[in-house]
Amino acid sequence: MGDQIVFMLQLIITGVAVGGVYSLMALGFVLIFKASSVVNFGPGELVLFGAYIAWATILPMKLPLYVALPLTLVVAILLGLVIERGVLRPLIGEPIISVIMVTFGVASVIRGFLNMTWGSDTRPFPVLFSPEPFHLGPVPVSPVHLWSFVGVLILLAGFSLFFKFSLTGMAMRATADNQQVAQSLGVSVKWVFALSWCIATVVSTLGGIILGSVRGGVDFSLADLGLKVFPVVILGGLDSVAGAIIGGVLIGVLENLSGGYLDPVMGGGVKEVAPFVVLVIILMLRPHGLFGKVEIERV
Amino acid sequence: MQCGGFRISYRSDERIFDTALPIVGVVLLVAALAVVPRFATTYWLDVMNRIGIAIIGALGLNILVGYTGQISIGHAAFLAVGAYATAILEINAGLPFYLAIPLAALIASGFGLVFGIPSLRLKGLYLAIATLAAHFITSYGIIHWESLTKGVLGLMVPPATVFGIPLDSDGRIYYLIFALVIPATFFAKNLFRTKIGRAFIAIRDRDVAAGVMGVSLYRYKLLAFVISSFYAGMAGGLMAHHSRILFPDAFTLLVAIDYLAMIIIGGLGSILGAIFGAVFMTLLPEVLKLSATSLTGVYPNAFGLIASTRDIVFGLAVILFLMYEPLGLARIWLRVRSYWKLWPYAY
Repeated sequence: MGDQIVFMLQLIITGVAVGGVYSLMALGFVLIFKASSVVNFGPGELVLFGAYIAWATILPMKLPLYVALPLTLVVAILLGLVIERGVLRPLIGEPIISVIMVTFGVASVIRGFLNMTWGSDTRPFPVLFSPEPFHLGPVPVSPVHLWSFVGVLILLAGFSLFFKFSLTGMAMRATADNQQVAQSLGVSVKWVFALSWCIATVVSTLGGIILGSVRGGVDFSLADLGLKVFPVVILGGLDSVAGAIIGGVLIGVLENLSGGYLDPVMGGGVKEVAPFVVLVIILMLRPHGLFGKVEIERV
Repeated sequence: MQCGGFRISYRSDERIFDTALPIVGVVLLVAALAVVPRFATTYWLDVMNRIGIAIIGALGLNILVGYTGQISIGHAAFLAVGAYATAILEINAGLPFYLAIPLAALIASGFGLVFGIPSLRLKGLYLAIATLAAHFITSYGIIHWESLTKGVLGLMVPPATVFGIPLDSDGRIYYLIFALVIPATFFAKNLFRTKIGRAFIAIRDRDVAAGVMGVSLYRYKLLAFVISSFYAGMAGGLMAHHSRILFPDAFTLLVAIDYLAMIIIGGLGSILGAIFGAVFMTLLPEVLKLSATSLTGVYPNAFGLIASTRDIVFGLAVILFLMYEPLGLARIWLRVRSYWKLWPYAY
């Protein structure tokens, strides 16, 4: 019986750790959606990009960590600016299908660029934490999971404070609330759009670094993980930052539990599909999610 | 004397062919398609076959997305259902291909009906996400229902036979594919001259207004999903007979995105656009392959870069078309044509 409980706790802890990364990705997604009503269908590629840049600066270029990480983040910010300025700003006001497809296009370009530069082999990610598990009560926990979760918590707390108290954060919230009013009060809406993309690429990059060190390597399967953002944001509510964070952890735990318990019964792969089953159920019952604004139009 | 094309009745306005010339053009095109296998190499026949299959799939997606305005990222799932249903009906139930493909297309339409149900409550973005989820659930089913689909091991499909002749080469399956491409195109073209097609367009342009005018949104949205997935099912059935072995890998999300790109690059809400897009997207990797072959002398690594170059070119094509020519190749074609029609007196 004790083994059963340890097994479950272990699943939950891993789920929370992975879910924290989903929260980060979902945060980037929700920020973009709130600010500019753009849905980014390539969140995985942003994560992939961050992970590869981090790998490239740390391993082949042999930069020390305190140079490599800021450099990675600067590159991520540049990517955000290029995407927003170059691609999405000209498409403001276009139909949803155009915006969806253009983000697919951007994702494809990023994937092709990474593949062309570094090839598609798995790259060993630098070991940032010791692989030796320690015991939390009876449950073995690997330090990578613990530290990734702590990192996610710090980041999320930082972002909450930023949105609550800084002038820029308030400008972003104002824009999300009402673009016209925000603009008339002197908020540069264009700048907020650009900023939301930059924050999204930065948090995705951090998510990529964390995922890379959790998995011990980066390859293109990281991009598929990015699509888990959709169950997360639908569960949490498309326009809710709190929802993104809670939804991320919930989906992480849920997919681990369903994988752990149903995989032996159903023959594998449940982990990948369970979040999407949840997504469909939520869309049917409560399309605005846990904390989203109710504005679904019924026709 | 009448000079210029005047449309003085609804009948003449609705006509597909204004003058005799385009009819001659279509007849010539069909004749040209009929003799292609006599001249083309196996390689180009294979490309032609894939273009034909892509045309049917893209027509179906354009009916749903371009004409009815319901965004679907689940097209690869419909293709997969059509392909696997065809194969399973032929292997397990022993049906001949001329029954299996239509039946499989009907099964795919049933799937479309189920996928379409969220469209009754959800719009735009939410529908896109719902179809994305449906895609993942379907592909999970295909990978893991191993007793029927053989999962990742792959499912071998026997060749279709007509009067005892197996359609086992590219030159033979070609006739089957284009025998379906031509009626599929004409059906799609005619669909939008009927009440149903008009209802689709009305829903796309403004669903609430369409509903007020008496278009049953419930019925027509589902019908759009059904027709679209029937096309996809047909394309899937042809895929099963063309590649003769089915892997779940042939129906990834990237395939659905490719089809969306076809109708965006070709032209949303245009029959001609779907055809142009299918040709463009199928030829793109082939052109890259050919240029890589000619570049290997200068740059020996060229072949290894095809996949990544394709991703980049594909992404850039989508982005640039959306920015500078949102109506796609069909629009460019119209412009070129009207320029030459009036040439050299353009004004």
